[in-house]
Amino acid sequence: MSNEATLHSQQEVMHGAHDHHDHEHHHEDSFISKYVFSMDHKMIAKQFLITGIVWAIIGAFFSVLFRLQLGFPDATFPWLESILGHWAKGGRISAEAYYALVTMHGTILVFFVLTAGLSGTFSNLLIPLQVGARDMASPFMNCLSYWFFFLASLVMMASLFVQTGPASGGWTMYPPLSALGDASIGSKIGVDLWLTSMALFVVSQLLGGLNYISTLLNMRTKGMAMTKMPLTIWSFFFTAVLGVLSFPVLLSGFILLLMDRHAGTSFYLSDIFIAGKALANEGGSAILYQHLFWFLGHPEVYIIILPAMGMVSEVLAVSSRKPIFGYLAMIGSLFAICILAFLVWAHHMFVTGLNPFLGAFFVLLTLLIAVPSAIKVFNWITTIWKGNINFTPASLFSIGFVSTFISGGLTGIWLGNSSIDIHLHDTMFVIAHFHIVMGVSAFFGMFAGIYHWFPKMYGRFMNSTIGYIHFWVTMIGAYLIFWPMHYEGMAGMPRRYYDVSGWASFKQFGGLNEFITIVVILVFAVQLLFVFNFFYSIFKGRKMTTQNPWNATTLEWTTPIHAGHGNWPGEIPEVYRWAYDYSKDGRDFIPQTEPIGPNESAH
Amino acid sequence: MDIMTLEQRKKIHPHKYSLWIAMGSITMMFIGFTSAYIVKRSQANWLAFELPHIFWLSTAVILTSSLTIHLALKQFKERNMQRYKQLITLTAILGVVFAVCQWIGFSQMKNMGLPLNGPVSASFIYVIVGVHMLHVLGGVTALLIMFGRAYRTRVRTYSPVPIEVAATYWHFVDVLWIYLLIFLSIAR
Repeated sequence: MSNEATLHSQQEVMHGAHDHHDHEHHHEDSFISKYVFSMDHKMIAKQFLITGIVWAIIGAFFSVLFRLQLGFPDATFPWLESILGHWAKGGRISAEAYYALVTMHGTILVFFVLTAGLSGTFSNLLIPLQVGARDMASPFMNCLSYWFFFLASLVMMASLFVQTGPASGGWTMYPPLSALGDASIGSKIGVDLWLTSMALFVVSQLLGGLNYISTLLNMRTKGMAMTKMPLTIWSFFFTAVLGVLSFPVLLSGFILLLMDRHAGTSFYLSDIFIAGKALANEGGSAILYQHLFWFLGHPEVYIIILPAMGMVSEVLAVSSRKPIFGYLAMIGSLFAICILAFLVWAHHMFVTGLNPFLGAFFVLLTLLIAVPSAIKVFNWITTIWKGNINFTPASLFSIGFVSTFISGGLTGIWLGNSSIDIHLHDTMFVIAHFHIVMGVSAFFGMFAGIYHWFPKMYGRFMNSTIGYIHFWVTMIGAYLIFWPMHYEGMAGMPRRYYDVSGWASFKQFGGLNEFITIVVILVFAVQLLFVFNFFYSIFKGRKMTTQNPWNATTLEWTTPIHAGHGNWPGEIPEVYRWAYDYSKDGRDFIPQTEPIGPNESAH
Repeated sequence: MDIMTLEQRKKIHPHKYSLWIAMGSITMMFIGFTSAYIVKRSQANWLAFELPHIFWLSTAVILTSSLTIHLALKQFKERNMQRYKQLITLTAILGVVFAVCQWIGFSQMKNMGLPLNGPVSASFIYVIVGVHMLHVLGGVTALLIMFGRAYRTRVRTYSPVPIEVAATYWHFVDVLWIYLLIFLSIAR
């Protein structure tokens, strides 16, 4: 507390000194250097977030479109023809357009929103602020990271508008469909643009990841031992490690795929007939691509979920005014998940003819992930147990995260068994599983983060009433959308199919599919309400009047409300204690910057 | 930015740290390639052949260049800027010679009846060696930038960090090549 007061009073004094001191590199920023090619990690975080939001709207809108087809396969919507043109002749989405929409929905949400938009935003915002650093290890590389992401976005966006349409072979881009331009209309230039965009995306992620790791390992403020870091930082650390180690392997896979497309090589191709004509390619293996893809693909789901876990841990502790339960166990389980992430990729390939003996090992390793996951869930519940919970939108979304992570995680145990997977693979059950455990949960973590750190980003609060409406409709809607899909999947209804009404056994789900589609439209509308709340609050939200609105212990709340580049006007504060001293010794919270008193024991 | 970072509390220079992580990342990329190679090799229709002999010459070239960049770093620290400029120029030239050798290797393979779109075992060599070559050329670009900096008269650089980073990277692509050569010679 005293520290905060000191900082306040110093602010004026330090401001002059600051300008003088930073003289050489911190002149008054022009519009371009402040808002466009900014090297301030806080601005780059906002750039990632807003680009992510734009992508999320597009990606979610695509899901509304293809849900219309799934829910109402016989109906026509003339307005569709006016936005999609010949892709929806007569108001009905064509099969090609449907596959393109599904593929782009997956690509956009997995990579552009939940990877770049999530860890790009919050790693950038929180790592320097919470470890006590002026900026990233290399602000220039950080800026480059965003602009590579922007370029990747432009290329992907362009692919939506080419004549033959974007890539449409599924977001996993499996060969041979993706390797041969003649294989389908969605395998032509769309795939080349997709691969180009993803290569740029990988570069962006690597530049970002390098920075995150070297910043948080190297540039922590005095006293900030690794074991004093908030769990957010730990989760960003493991996320970045996963990304740095697995994205390059994906790039290898993409390079080989590009060679197959354009240099006539046969890495993935063998014995292929197109329109009755045999191709010259011989000796390749399509499964090879799947190995390379899923070696990234599986860590990728943890790249998505770990940042959400970290932010949820932080928000739950802050909003229940209790120290996080099992801090070291939380770190240990993050570490275990990080290791296991690299050892389970073949569980995506149980039915590709994988040796069943090998499959048994992957089953075992996959089921092992349940252990660290259960530890985390237990710790979240015990953290809020008997807590004095402030039900802010952020804390509601965090609690919602725990709920969806449990219900989505349990179905993972089913799918992780290679024998049950024979029945369930490629059905709506898989869709239900990963949307709940990865899609909805990661979004909840992201929403929790946005509501919680919005004041730090913009100096204003988001509207809570709209926040509550957003939470409850999304929470109930998400379950209404994905829960029924489990039943469809167990009955064998396949994913990715354009129209299943032709099968007697799936016809029974006609009404259910209509219901799901209607809920999707409602939930989508509420997300637009959130977007409105977000942008409205940037300009018109309730102003922040204190530095530390949530009474949190961590360092980011010791910076001024509108922190300049460099974050702290004076010296970077020193850290004396861990990040979770809540309700300790009769005090509501003790900031990390307060020295441990003579009669006090460290946690 | 330097002033800002200097006041940070840090153990290793952040750029060096980032470089080490980047090298880990590049290593993973080549692990991806070489493990794909191993998987493919264990399947049917694998054609084994001998690597072009010029790859041994290119090995000697890149080993020499490692030595020259090491000496360049030493000269920089002793502020013998003339020698330093000569040595990084020599290193960059050796880098280009290395790339040319690899290119000649490619054309030799083509003449042996092993074009890029031929047997998979040959395609792998083109891709792996080609991607490695790009990494070497990336190093050459870095050296050209250093070269430009060394000739700047208005601003003088005394920090050895950029040349240290470049030298570490250079040794890394060297070691990577040795690994690839041994790997490709043994796992044929």
